[in-house]
Amino acid sequence: MIEWIMEPLGYSFLLRGFVAAIMIGIICAVVGTFVVLKGLAFIGDALAHIAFTGIVVAFLVGFSFYIGALAAAIIAALGIGTVSQRTGVSTDTSIGIFFSGIFALGIVLMSIGIHTYTIDLFSYLFGDILSVRRDDLISILILGGIVLAVIAVLYKELLFVSFDPVVAESAGLPARWLQMLLLILLSVTVVVSVQAVGIVLVVAMIVTPSATAYLITDRFGVMMALGAVFGAISAIGGFYLSYYADVPSGGSIVLVATSLFAIVAIIGPKRRNLRKILGSGGEVTQRPA
Amino acid sequence: MTAQVEAVNGVSPNGSNAPSGPPAIRVEDLSTGYHEEPVLQHVDLSVAAGSLVGLIGPNGSGKSTLFKTMTGLHEPWTGRVLINGKPGKPGADVAYVPQTETVDWSFPVTAGQVVMMGRYPRLGLIRWPRKRDHEIVDRSLEKVGMSGFKDRQIGQLSGGQRQRVFLARALAQEPSILLLDEPVSGVDATTQHQIFELLDQLCEEGVTTIVASHDLSCVAQRFDQVLLLNRTVHGYGPPDEVLTQDLLNKTFQSHLLLLRLGTRTFVVEDPDHFQHD
Ligand SMILES: Nc1ncnc2c1ncn2[C@@H]1O[C@H](COP(=O)(O)OP(=O)(O)OP(=O)(O)O)[C@@H](O)[C@H]1O
Ligand SMILES: [Mg+2]
Repeated sequence: MIEWIMEPLGYSFLLRGFVAAIMIGIICAVVGTFVVLKGLAFIGDALAHIAFTGIVVAFLVGFSFYIGALAAAIIAALGIGTVSQRTGVSTDTSIGIFFSGIFALGIVLMSIGIHTYTIDLFSYLFGDILSVRRDDLISILILGGIVLAVIAVLYKELLFVSFDPVVAESAGLPARWLQMLLLILLSVTVVVSVQAVGIVLVVAMIVTPSATAYLITDRFGVMMALGAVFGAISAIGGFYLSYYADVPSGGSIVLVATSLFAIVAIIGPKRRNLRKILGSGGEVTQRPA
Repeated sequence: MTAQVEAVNGVSPNGSNAPSGPPAIRVEDLSTGYHEEPVLQHVDLSVAAGSLVGLIGPNGSGKSTLFKTMTGLHEPWTGRVLINGKPGKPGADVAYVPQTETVDWSFPVTAGQVVMMGRYPRLGLIRWPRKRDHEIVDRSLEKVGMSGFKDRQIGQLSGGQRQRVFLARALAQEPSILLLDEPVSGVDATTQHQIFELLDQLCEEGVTTIVASHDLSCVAQRFDQVLLLNRTVHGYGPPDEVLTQDLLNKTFQSHLLLLRLGTRTFVVEDPDHFQHD
């Protein structure tokens, strides 16, 4: 058993993947706490797809993957944030049209522009934790560290604004600015996670561990901490599954996260919150983000 | 009434809320509205520190809009609002309890945590709540009679209890100005009485409070100033000066009957008059 656990960690490229997976598991769940409670999953999905086009463009132009993905996702987040704050109405349809269009452009650009398959864009779609290089790991740790630090510094303010943006603003907090910041943190989290879990499944990595935690607790801080634990467990479990079963890590990590959710949903104490997550019932009078 | 007496005599018994200072709230020729549609026009108002003001006016008269403008949530088109003599966003000095809370009731926070949020603007970045903040939270919950519900998730409270928790959050903010948009609309008679005692006490402490209410008789009896609002100010002053047949008719554009029984004033609808729109 010990051997089974230690074997992959003996190789430095596997150890890198292992460390990256844990970091990603944690930041996804920490940011995911806000995403679950504010119903931002759809926006997260949109940001991931837009980031893909940023990645394609980065490859074509010769930028680093992170610059292309971050630029695309953050610009999109600022756009979405501005539009939803200005109109104050649900912007799902316009976001849907916008992000699918950009994603389609990315696919077309990829087919036209990238003929050599030395660069494996496939791994960005479905995730390949074992392809994390040294400088990727450094980027993941730095960006992830920034996300965690910002949330640690603005924890109270982000909590107040997430719960009650109107009164938070009336009490002097820069509510619009903080809501925008949340979308930027979501963009960075999406980009950092793409290499490990892939565009298609990154939203699952963000919402599932936090949603699992929500089935256990009625305390915001506890939800965040428990979510981080579930995120890390999913990442580690998925890492080994990916290594031994030779499957894309995005699939294996999310499969572990989803299994945890299913188990907790069956035995967990907060039926009420399960109903809210599943979208039936729950008393929600939240205005759009 | 304390504030007024002080203003007349020009002395402040405890040195606080000096009468020579600027009014707590000053509204200068304020006009504003939504999407080109004006709601408030040429509102002028000066509220002395420590006043307990009842704000009355019919539905849609702009009471909530006035509150939102005072607290910086809504921008004036023209004119301005000065809070303690200063223009611009007032911040934590003004606490606001909205008419209806549009929050997600399944949000994982307890009543105690919601009240603690009132401390957040006072704490500043990274500072975590300390012993004093926890004491203020406990005291605020106690003042609204919700001590026993501190650890209850916010959605597990009744409507009136939720309202009291939001009032406690405003108290925890330790504001110099408190704006309450119909705070007693959903609470029982005992709690209502308790809340008015609390407002009297705040008034004595020098907190300026404006309460929007549709209960005219209650305003007539429990407030030391009355503000009649319908798109603009129709009257501001002590109840017996402002609650006149003439001004009420102007404000409500319908016939309300004033009944004075001894020192008490009641406002009822005049059954002999029916207005047709
Ligand atoms: N967000 C908004 N967008 C557009 N119009 C609004 C908005 N809020 C209020 N109004 C309009 O402004 C006018 C004043 O509304 P306000 O909420 O200030 O009235 P009120 O005096 O608080 O009424 P009530 O007694 O019903 O609470 C109304 O005609 C209303 O239709
Ligand atoms: Mg109103």
